Amino acid sequence: MVIYGVALLAGCMLVGLWAGDVLGMLLGVNSNVGGVGIAMLMLIFLGGYLMDKGKMPSGTESGITFWNGMYIPIVVAMAASQDVAAAFDGGMIALLASLVAVAASFALVPFLTRLGHPKSSSTTAVASASSASKASKSRVKTSSSSPASARTRTAR
Amino acid sequence: MIESFVTQLEKQHLIAAFALVGGAMYISYLVSDKLTKGRVHGSAIAIMVGLALAYFGGIHTGGSRGLADISLFAGLGLMGGGMLRDLAIIATAYGVRFQEIRAAGISGIIALFLGVIVSFVAGVAVAYAFGYRDPVSLTTIGAGTVTYIVGPIAGASIGASSDIIALSIAAGLFKSILVMVLTPIAARHIGLDNPRSAMIFGGLMGTTSGVAAGLAATDPKLVPYGAMTATFYTGLGALLAPSVLYLAVRAVF
Repeated sequence: MVIYGVALLAGCMLVGLWAGDVLGMLLGVNSNVGGVGIAMLMLIFLGGYLMDKGKMPSGTESGITFWNGMYIPIVVAMAASQDVAAAFDGGMIALLASLVAVAASFALVPFLTRLGHPKSSSTTAVASASSASKASKSRVKTSSSSPASARTRTAR
Repeated sequence: MIESFVTQLEKQHLIAAFALVGGAMYISYLVSDKLTKGRVHGSAIAIMVGLALAYFGGIHTGGSRGLADISLFAGLGLMGGGMLRDLAIIATAYGVRFQEIRAAGISGIIALFLGVIVSFVAGVAVAYAFGYRDPVSLTTIGAGTVTYIVGPIAGASIGASSDIIALSIAAGLFKSILVMVLTPIAARHIGLDNPRSAMIFGGLMGTTSGVAAGLAATDPKLVPYGAMTATFYTGLGALLAPSVLYLAVRAVF
């Protein structure tokens, strides 16, 4: 039933945010410390456990995937209800901050690609990405199975 | 006639917001498809439209809640408020498998942590250079530079003001668009031509829409690899920014 999925999601959110509040109190920072992240971890583990047990029929699942699909629309609504007029003068900060972040992240790609794999090539990468034996075949395999594993994902 | 329809919109404000956002998204995806040939993802255009509407709403009413201050669009405040936002972001974690991250290996995990921290530090540094000194604003802008969803989550939980949160959304949005546009140009220079580097790239950049659109323009075969690690990024940011990173900022400033 759809409500079971929604209830599971709601339960994870309530417990996660509560844990974040408690953590904030313990740390004395008067804020919610990572509550949403804790709730996400709970949903990953609980959802994964129930999926493995076969206790997540498609009806139950759709209670969660609906809210997953509402993610971008909700972000749009959130953007539309912020004090953008007051923030407008700070636009340069936003642009510069993102530019610096993207440039630094781009620069790190070759460094990390070399890390741990001194002779990095597409063959070794695919072999490590998939446990299948034939590298040339597994490349096709992983690329076709990955979208399926990311099927509940929406662009973000 | 018209008046009674407007009254109805005001009464059913949340439902009106669903319809309004749906329409805005339809137009945004149309623009993405026709005008940018998918180069800039529809979701990024939709958020830009949202920010633009909030700007005009704010100018029109002089209030601080963007378009939601116009009584006709009050439902946007509820739809985009903290409660539904947190529910939707948590829902995105469903179906994520930790086994997948193992495929990216240790450098994939390093990429994820480094990606969040580098973006956060870049945001904090730029905000500091522009004169922000309080840890709450610095953390929120830094978190927004991680992704446009981590900014509002961190901002809401540590009590940032709405204009700072708007700024953090803009920072994340710019980052997402920059990744979309610059990836095909930079790909050759950073060795982005195999699944392994695509997974590392996804972990470093984090913005799923940016990574997916950027890689699609580079080599569509790489998209699932980049998207796979990128899905962990927002969750990690939501976990780190309002906790460890906020405490670190508080300790420094």
